[in-house]
Amino acid sequence: MYQQKDFVLTIEGLTVSFDGFKAVNDVSLYIEEQEIRVIIGPNGAGKTTVLDLICGRTSATAGSIKFKGKELTKLKEHEIVHAGVGRKFQNPSIYEDLTVFENLELSYPKGKKVWGALTFRRDQDVIDKVNEIAQMIFLQEKLNSPANLLSHGQKQWLEIGMLLIQDPELLMLDEPVAGMSVSERKQTAELLQRITKDRSVLVIEHDMHFVEEIADRVTVLHQGQVLSEGSMDKVQNDPKVIEVYLGH
Amino acid sequence: MLQTKLRSLAPKNDVVSFLILAAILLVALPILFDIFRLNLIGKYLTFAFVALGLVLSWGLGGILSLGQGIFFGLGGYAMAMFLKLEASSPENTAIQSTPGIPDFMDWNQLTELPWFWEPFHSFGFTLFAIIALPTVFAYIIGAAMFKRRVGGVYFAIITQAIAAILTILIIGQQGFTGGVNGITDLRTLLGWDIRTDSAKYILYFINVILLLATLVVAQYIRKSKLGRLLVAMRDSEDRVRFSGYDVSNFKIFIFCIAGIFSSIGGAMFTLQVGFMSPSLIGIVPSIEMVIFAAVGGNLSIFGAIYGALIVNWAKTILSESYPELWLFAMGAMFIAVVLAFPKGLAGIYESYVQPWVDKKLKAIQDKKAKK
Repeated sequence: MYQQKDFVLTIEGLTVSFDGFKAVNDVSLYIEEQEIRVIIGPNGAGKTTVLDLICGRTSATAGSIKFKGKELTKLKEHEIVHAGVGRKFQNPSIYEDLTVFENLELSYPKGKKVWGALTFRRDQDVIDKVNEIAQMIFLQEKLNSPANLLSHGQKQWLEIGMLLIQDPELLMLDEPVAGMSVSERKQTAELLQRITKDRSVLVIEHDMHFVEEIADRVTVLHQGQVLSEGSMDKVQNDPKVIEVYLGH
Repeated sequence: MLQTKLRSLAPKNDVVSFLILAAILLVALPILFDIFRLNLIGKYLTFAFVALGLVLSWGLGGILSLGQGIFFGLGGYAMAMFLKLEASSPENTAIQSTPGIPDFMDWNQLTELPWFWEPFHSFGFTLFAIIALPTVFAYIIGAAMFKRRVGGVYFAIITQAIAAILTILIIGQQGFTGGVNGITDLRTLLGWDIRTDSAKYILYFINVILLLATLVVAQYIRKSKLGRLLVAMRDSEDRVRFSGYDVSNFKIFIFCIAGIFSSIGGAMFTLQVGFMSPSLIGIVPSIEMVIFAAVGGNLSIFGAIYGALIVNWAKTILSESYPELWLFAMGAMFIAVVLAFPKGLAGIYESYVQPWVDKKLKAIQDKKAKK
């Protein structure tokens, strides 16, 4: 049995219905500190919706999401971010018209209010932090180029970097290696190993090799419900999972 | 130290553009034109305040308001109410059945000054109102819309509706507002006759200096992190939200700033032209204001000013000779800008004029180096 205090994120009975269709149905998830949890499942299983619910983009019909004992379902998106939850979207979502430096700078956790943003100064702390993160995400050479000139993989890294600079305790990544080349995937896996040392990570991914490489535990979602949960081995040999993936 | 600070605030190009603009407005135009034309230019420049506000809210932040006339009107009416009260002293209005109130109130059988006119006896309050009224109004509209995540076309339509409502309200409440004629026959500002040529000169310069000051404020906002945030919001609003910003507050802020700029323009319009009427705040003038910004280039704070000047100048020239042609010309201009020059005059300047100037400058430098 798990000890309550070990969980960073406790999701219980989470349900959301869109006009009667239950995209997520009575899902419970418990994520421990420093755990890398991967959610897999066929298309339409509700994986992205679960992330949307956690970060406040969609509001839940029923159930609770507790992050470090704080109820998230009632908070607004930016308040959830301030609580320590960072989210990367499926399609790289960055500011195309700004440079890599500016992209990272805007994510730096200072000057988040109107007045703070007006009087924000690019001091040495900011510059150092941006450089440090840029190095981590392999973009230190690209700091001054506009983000729309980056390759698809580099955009994914940039968005991960934008999350890292916020230093969230829970990092949620929606298909971080989608559309990446083999070498980029390898680099990303390394990057994830490195950045997950002092935080919990929730990842959605289709690429099974990648999942095997990074996951501590895997949760399989199917039609909005948890089908199976456990280590990669256990999940892979679960007859229910095999049925869902191969049965149709 | 201060110099490096200033330099970091504005790249060299912007400083040069600023100086050129200041020279044109403060020196060249007053020398070239007589006071009649200069006063017209002063009138055009009051619309430049609005266009400048639109560059920030629309160009930078992607918030298109089709109702900036509302704020132009708030400032303009606040100033007009003060001037009208001063012009309606009991001696000046002795022939009225109720002396001491504005003439149009007397014609509408009002026998005492409405309560909301009272504070406008004070010049200090009037100046305060010119800033505070649009701020409060823009805050209410902005909070109601942006907190509910209403944006884009819906926001544009709602601002347009509000402009229409305000116009109807002013026209309908003739006794309180002067109705469709507006507030006319304004004479003195704190005893200083604003109808004389010398007053018009002074007002022109006050207007230009205020405009240049507004330009500096706009540049500061554009270069601050808030300016980059606005661009970021335009690109990807969700990402900004999930970087921990309350997007609606930033939209409300920039909409208020645009409102304040417009209001200052409106007040200067009243002072220089000598009246304020609903014909300046409705749907058509509000759309014209957007066209000034679009023609100038909705991303360029300098473009906004040139856009307001050129479009208004064209309007005057055309309306003098072919009054019925103006609306068609304006429509054509807007279509041309949207289709062929989406970045407006500023875009044309950047892609054609500036490279040419740079080339010439370089040629001169090379020649010098050879010697």
